[in-house]
Amino acid sequence: MATIKLQDVEKRFDEFQAVKPLQLTIEDGEFVVLLGPSGCGKTTTLRMISGLEAVSGGRILIDGRDVTWAHPSDRDIAFVFQFYALYPHMSVSRNITFPLEAQGESQETINQRLQQVSELLRVKHLLELRPGNLSGGDQQRVALARALVRRPAAFLMDEPIGALDADFRDTMRAEIKRLHIAQEATTVYVTHDQIEAMAMGDKIVVMSDAEVQQVGSPIEVYHNPANLFVARFIGSPGMNLIEGRFQEGKVHLPGGSIYEPPERWRTTLAERLQSEGLILGFRPEAARLNGKGSIGSHVYATDLHGAFTMLHVALDAEANTLVHVRAGRGRHHAIDEQVQFELDPEMVRFFDPLTESAVTVEGRHG
Amino acid sequence: MASFEETGPSTPVTEATRVDKVHPRARLLHNVRAVIVLGLSLVLLIPVMAMALTAFKSRAEVVSVPPNYIFEPTLEGFVFLLTARSQMTEAAQHEARQNMDELSLFERIALESGQRINGPSDFVRRLRNSLIIAGGSTFFSVTLGLLAAYAFSRFDIPGKGDLLFFILSTRMLPAVVVAVPLFLMYRQLNLHDSHVGMIILYTVFNLSLTVWLLKGFIDEIPREYEEAALVDGYSRWQAFYKIVLPQASTGIAATTVFALIFAWNEYAFALMMTSDRARTAPPAIATMLGRGGIEWSAIAAGTLAFLIPVVIITFALRRHLLRGVTFGAIRQ
Repeated sequence: MATIKLQDVEKRFDEFQAVKPLQLTIEDGEFVVLLGPSGCGKTTTLRMISGLEAVSGGRILIDGRDVTWAHPSDRDIAFVFQFYALYPHMSVSRNITFPLEAQGESQETINQRLQQVSELLRVKHLLELRPGNLSGGDQQRVALARALVRRPAAFLMDEPIGALDADFRDTMRAEIKRLHIAQEATTVYVTHDQIEAMAMGDKIVVMSDAEVQQVGSPIEVYHNPANLFVARFIGSPGMNLIEGRFQEGKVHLPGGSIYEPPERWRTTLAERLQSEGLILGFRPEAARLNGKGSIGSHVYATDLHGAFTMLHVALDAEANTLVHVRAGRGRHHAIDEQVQFELDPEMVRFFDPLTESAVTVEGRHG
Repeated sequence: MASFEETGPSTPVTEATRVDKVHPRARLLHNVRAVIVLGLSLVLLIPVMAMALTAFKSRAEVVSVPPNYIFEPTLEGFVFLLTARSQMTEAAQHEARQNMDELSLFERIALESGQRINGPSDFVRRLRNSLIIAGGSTFFSVTLGLLAAYAFSRFDIPGKGDLLFFILSTRMLPAVVVAVPLFLMYRQLNLHDSHVGMIILYTVFNLSLTVWLLKGFIDEIPREYEEAALVDGYSRWQAFYKIVLPQASTGIAATTVFALIFAWNEYAFALMMTSDRARTAPPAIATMLGRGGIEWSAIAAGTLAFLIPVVIITFALRRHLLRGVTFGAIRQ
């Protein structure tokens, strides 16, 4: 197992900057998720680590060894592709043992390892078949077996379950997570699905526009997004972001609502903000509907989720500013009903509309 | 592949379950199609049949009108085609008949028209030339074409589009137009009427076809297969022959047949660029028409002999030609 270090790694395709210089350290045994919308450079980054894509600048170190210009086969990494990339002209067992053949392992070792991984991934009954005759999930199990069989320094996975059916994706997600815990293997996992990233990652690297937006644990990126992009991208729905004005220690929101931040925030906001404008952010579960809070107007729409109800609350009469508020399942809310809520001060975040970055209190988010 | 195939554990798809799913009406349609195809092939095969029958007819049978469909087959045509003979004296013929047991089948047939076999005819050499030149040029044009097509398909080559068009353009001038300058160059280079010269000529002429055809086939093979092999510990070259080559076998087979048929059938260049040493079968068959009395059975035998190698190759590769789409493990 291995540590992977990216130092100023970047990628340009002619004039187009696909990945801006990025720094990243993936610790030994860590499960790191590269998360971002399509075209953000996450797959390119993964392919540069694997050596399938040449870097335009910077260095890549695996366990301290500079592999920037090493051939993919010399990096001791395994790659799991979105569409499995099983060799169609070989049986499942030959597919799995193919990497061992390259290493010149003895037939005894090959058989023994084949037994191990095919049991681990429950593909033993499929060994004689051709990949084309397998379901998508089984194909991905075989692809994972092929990656596991040679015990590489690190696993690189490019949206490995993105092509599966939604309900089956859930099963595979759990399987990959268990596999990771059992193997303690350094894993870099690319996805555009933030739910997947939250569920699987020890560390999430949020990328957008060829740049890393934030690196942190799932809890960190969820609760303390570094900027507006992360705040919107993580969570479903994303964080509520309301444009307001900061005047005389109070935040004035559209529709006349007022939020009074705690003392430590007042001084920080006064110091840090470049103008009166600010953006107030909170997660739907940070709001407490209690009929007497300082924020609110009327219910615009309700989404019944069973376990809870998501209210779309309009802050102003014209419904120009809508926020998501999570309500318990006990009480029914009618459309256009007047509601009031207050915010948990621990869960309120502020962003500067000019820089789009989070405002922090001495390096902390409140 | 549709998404419904993605869930749950896999069960092998057996031939039996597939056939069970065929609708009765579809099976009937299948039969109707078979009948139509059979009828069409019969129409198309009539000339070939006539030729094959003629090849086994005696001189007398060939000219009979209306033609006989039932006759005693003879190898006379083949003997005339494949051997050089001379007339024997009456005495020699008589002596030869005494020792019939020592004679081979061909010698006995020749003896019936009072002739002695002196050795193989020129046509045997022509046929051998055809085999060497068509085989050699097919091998080189497919091999070179495959490497070029792979490079064009997978790597960033400066001026790729222009290069591909240039390769295609080599085929745009008709043979007759380029033959004269080529003839002059070949004479200077001592390549005129040589096997090497003809192999080079056909290889170059076929390259445009093989590069373009094979590039299409290789483009269809997803890069992920090779990339998987690269990270699995193989070199680019190993990935090429362990992964790409088997995947491209259908395309290679089809291209081989096309290249072979072109080189095998080529007439215009062969007529102008060869005279004797490297002369191939097509111009030789044509010249047979002109010499004295037309030996129809010999000509038919010649065309039949000329047809057989192509039929054998096509038959040997038919599985690859018909296989069509591979059931790949990558969905596009």
